[in-house]
Amino acid sequence: MKILVKRSHEDAPQGFEVDLENVTLLTILNHVKTKVDATLTYSQGCRSGVCGSCAVRVNGREVLMCEYKPSDGDLVEPMRNASVIRDLVVESSAVEHFNRMGNAWSEASREGNVSEEAMSGIGTQSDCILCAACFSACPVYAVNPDFIGPFALTRVWRYVSDPRQTKSDEKITAIQTNGIWDCTLCGECVPVCPQGIAPKQDIAMLRTKSSILGYNDPNMSFGGGLDFGAPIF
Amino acid sequence: MAKVLIIGGGGAGLVSALSAHEAGAEVIVMTKTLPTRSQTSMAQGGMNAVLGEGDSVANHIADTLKSSVGLGNEKQIAFMCENAPDAVRWCNTMGLPYSRDESGEIARRRLGGASAPRACYAQDYTGLKLLHTLYDQCLKAGITFLNERFLLNIIVDEASNRALGATCLNIPTGDVEEIRADAVIMATGGYGALYGKHSTNSVGSTGDGIAAAIRAGARLADLEFIQFHPTALKSSSILISESARGAGGFLLNAKGERFTDELGPRDVVARAIHDEIVSGGAVYLDIRHLGEEFISHELPQERKLAQIYEGIDPVHDLIPIKPAAHYSMGGIEVNDECMTSVSGLFAVGECANHKTHGANRLGGNSLLELVVFGRHCGKSAAVFAQKKSVSDIANGQLSKDIHFISEVMSFSNRIDFYAKQESLAEIFYTNVGLVREEKGLQSVLDAIGQMQKELSQMGPKDKSKICNTNLVEFIEFGNKIELSEIIVVSAINRSESRGAHYRGDVPVRDDELFGTQTITWKEDGVLCTNLMK
Repeated sequence: MKILVKRSHEDAPQGFEVDLENVTLLTILNHVKTKVDATLTYSQGCRSGVCGSCAVRVNGREVLMCEYKPSDGDLVEPMRNASVIRDLVVESSAVEHFNRMGNAWSEASREGNVSEEAMSGIGTQSDCILCAACFSACPVYAVNPDFIGPFALTRVWRYVSDPRQTKSDEKITAIQTNGIWDCTLCGECVPVCPQGIAPKQDIAMLRTKSSILGYNDPNMSFGGGLDFGAPIF
Repeated sequence: MAKVLIIGGGGAGLVSALSAHEAGAEVIVMTKTLPTRSQTSMAQGGMNAVLGEGDSVANHIADTLKSSVGLGNEKQIAFMCENAPDAVRWCNTMGLPYSRDESGEIARRRLGGASAPRACYAQDYTGLKLLHTLYDQCLKAGITFLNERFLLNIIVDEASNRALGATCLNIPTGDVEEIRADAVIMATGGYGALYGKHSTNSVGSTGDGIAAAIRAGARLADLEFIQFHPTALKSSSILISESARGAGGFLLNAKGERFTDELGPRDVVARAIHDEIVSGGAVYLDIRHLGEEFISHELPQERKLAQIYEGIDPVHDLIPIKPAAHYSMGGIEVNDECMTSVSGLFAVGECANHKTHGANRLGGNSLLELVVFGRHCGKSAAVFAQKKSVSDIANGQLSKDIHFISEVMSFSNRIDFYAKQESLAEIFYTNVGLVREEKGLQSVLDAIGQMQKELSQMGPKDKSKICNTNLVEFIEFGNKIELSEIIVVSAINRSESRGAHYRGDVPVRDDELFGTQTITWKEDGVLCTNLMK
């Protein structure tokens, strides 16, 4: 099988012929690095889909290398919306930056019993591994590099909708500018999430919550005419 | 403001960071990847704590003490177990989304060696959710992160035996840097990756902090005690959580028969599986009878990973498994305040030996340990830093390490270190694994000696300065070699069987000679070892 890898020192992707079948892309790259070309550079960690280190794009779509089984001729490229440091390793500060921008944390939480059903609403959101696949797939960054973005907004929704959270309304303020209203709801972030999270839906939920709390979509409020202010369900 | 440097951004590092911050210190967390990429993300089972009726803290202490086979310290264990309920509640207050029982209380499940269900969990993502919740709180607290910094050495003032900070390789830039602090906390995790493809651990669990600690003059304890998890996927060593057995999963031999108590302590179950594999060729985990709904809801990771790596669906198929290196019980020796034998150098979590696990760790006690001792250690380090701040003492470690990196880059490369690393993992799994014998251990020691001699003929092939992961992996290999010698020497000296250390040639426990910890340290670069209380 031949795998093409976009390297940082040359424009054309480099091909690696490997004699491995039915293994993950990460296994193949590890084979290449340890046996063929030690300069091939990428990130890895748990090899079981929980540490979020090994996200790349294959044929234009974000995947975790440890969960993806490649086919002959696949093209492997680094993630988008972050500068490439080397080969498949990209600058990683976006994770910290946007989580800070969105105040993506618990403000205050109450003790006491809470039903499994009430908690189930944040089960999937709290499965996030911060691999940044959604961030790479998001087209909004082409026009607004300050967009708080899918992973951080999903995280905010996780805390806002946590039944134990006592200050969830306060969390809404931080995501009005460069936040929920900048999303185009295109849904590119949804199918690339290895954990089955749908940031688009979480953003829509945050919009609804914001509308209830009296915030408006700034894109809809000009001209005074067509301000539907409608929450999106 | 007193400054605390924390090396390692996993659970232990982040809990210490929050605690040191709360105690008034300026906190810097340095990590070789990103905090959320650390080993803690892989913990599945849960965090032990006695929350309700039908269980007691005394039982938790007794179970832990029993499992430690004489090497646990009752006082330390009691400290951990008594603080467990508070630790679990503290995580709950930060927003850790625990699973819940019918009453809405934090749900608990039974793990091996526990006399009651007391592992508080969040599906099979307990570690992942804990780690991310902690990370979010660190961002809220304004803690500084220095990511992608690979630890080289602890800076120590030799005259006063005092830690002054650490040196590191900035991986993206390739520069060697130093970070000074009034106190340093080592939270770098274990050394399971030494077993390569026979380990459940992340590839980053290379024991860098433990190796740096012994180079800095700290003492290590009990490195021969490495826990093998009974159920890792056969071909990839990917972990299948103990909760699969806790929920009623069976272990079956090649004939399809059950052969052991699935919920015994890990060392006992792992050895039983090892023996079955040796005699019958295969062992399987069977969770088919638990049903699709249960498996999808409670064990979603396991199902996905078995499909990817073994090509089977646990709902319909048997899961082929084997024991794999999973947790390092041994680590840096620390006192009650989590300080090592180097003044101002603290250690916490898997890289430390808090004398809580002894010869065999109970499932659910490692996440607990990192929260309880993380909170304790962060505070201790902050108090120490405030009382005993250091002025800018001149020290040559940075220039030594700049020289070291340039020297390593010029190594001759006649021998491929990746091949040696693979061979080290193989001989470790075979000879320093579940069953050990002096002859095999001695042969491994000889092989290590040879590799030590050959290191300068190895080295990175990649000569780039920018983001040289080949260089990082070579230095990690150096750390593995450094620790492997200590592990094997300790395993040879401990001529008895106890917990995870089982000697096929001496299959009995000998309290008179070996009822104590194995302490190791270096004098002028020479490994010294002693059994002492």
